Amino acid sequence: MGESRVAFDLRIPSDVEYIEGVVELARQRCRELKISAAKCSLNIPVALSEALSNAILRGNEATGGKQVRIRAIISDTDLVFEVVDEGPGFDVDECIRDCTTEENLTKEEGRGLFLMRQLMDRVESFRDNGNVVRLTLHRE
Amino acid sequence: MSFSIKKQGEVVVVDVEGQLIVGNRQELKQKVLDELEKGEKKFLIDFSQTGYIDSSGLGVLVSLSKKIREQGGELRLANLNDDLQTLFELTKLDTLFQISDTRERALESF
Repeated sequence: MGESRVAFDLRIPSDVEYIEGVVELARQRCRELKISAAKCSLNIPVALSEALSNAILRGNEATGGKQVRIRAIISDTDLVFEVVDEGPGFDVDECIRDCTTEENLTKEEGRGLFLMRQLMDRVESFRDNGNVVRLTLHRE
Repeated sequence: MSFSIKKQGEVVVVDVEGQLIVGNRQELKQKVLDELEKGEKKFLIDFSQTGYIDSSGLGVLVSLSKKIREQGGELRLANLNDDLQTLFELTKLDTLFQISDTRERALESF
C-alpha cells in the first residue's frame, strides 16, 4: 500500500454512544483528504459504524470498563481502519451469511458484516493485542 | 439525532433527523410501537433529514414493518437520498418496503 501514516489513533469506552463521534471524525478526515463524497457519506460511516458496534456489542459484549481502539491509516492508494476490541475474536471469512436471500430478508439482524463487505474493498480479522477487524477502502 | 412524530390525516408521520443507528434505534422503535398500541394503523417514516443508517437501524425498520403488518397496519418510507437508496438496494430491502420519492406521494399511497 506504499508509504502510510496514521491519521488518528484513539480509544473509546465500550459504549455505542461514542460511535457517532468517531464516525464523524473519520468522515471529516476523509473529506480533508478529498475522498469522494459517496465514500464519505455512505461507505465509510456505515462500514465503520458496523465495525464499532460489532466490537462494542459482540467483541466486548457491552461490558463496562472495556475499551475499543480505532486506528485510521492512510496511504496514497488506501484508507485503512483498524477496530480493536478485547474479545476472543472471530474469523470474518467464516461468517458468510447472505442477508438478501428470501429466508433472511425479513430477519432483524445479520446485515452488519454483509454491509462492511459490500461497502469496503477488503474486510479482514486477526489477533494482534486484541481482536482486530481491518477495513480497507481504495481511495480511487 | 432525534425523531419527531406528527399526525397528517390518518397517517402517523415520523421524521428521522440525523442518523438511525445502534445508539438510537430503540427510541424510534418504542415511539412507533407506542402509536401502534394506541390503535394507529398507518405509518410513514420520512428520511429527508437523515444522514446514514446502519444495519441495526435497517433491522428496526424490518421489525416495525412486521409488527405493524401483524396489527393490520401499513408502513411506508419516503425521501431516501441516493446513499440511503443504495443501502436499501444492496440489502434488497427496497423489495420489502414501499418507498416513495416524496412525502406527498407516500401519503397518497395509503
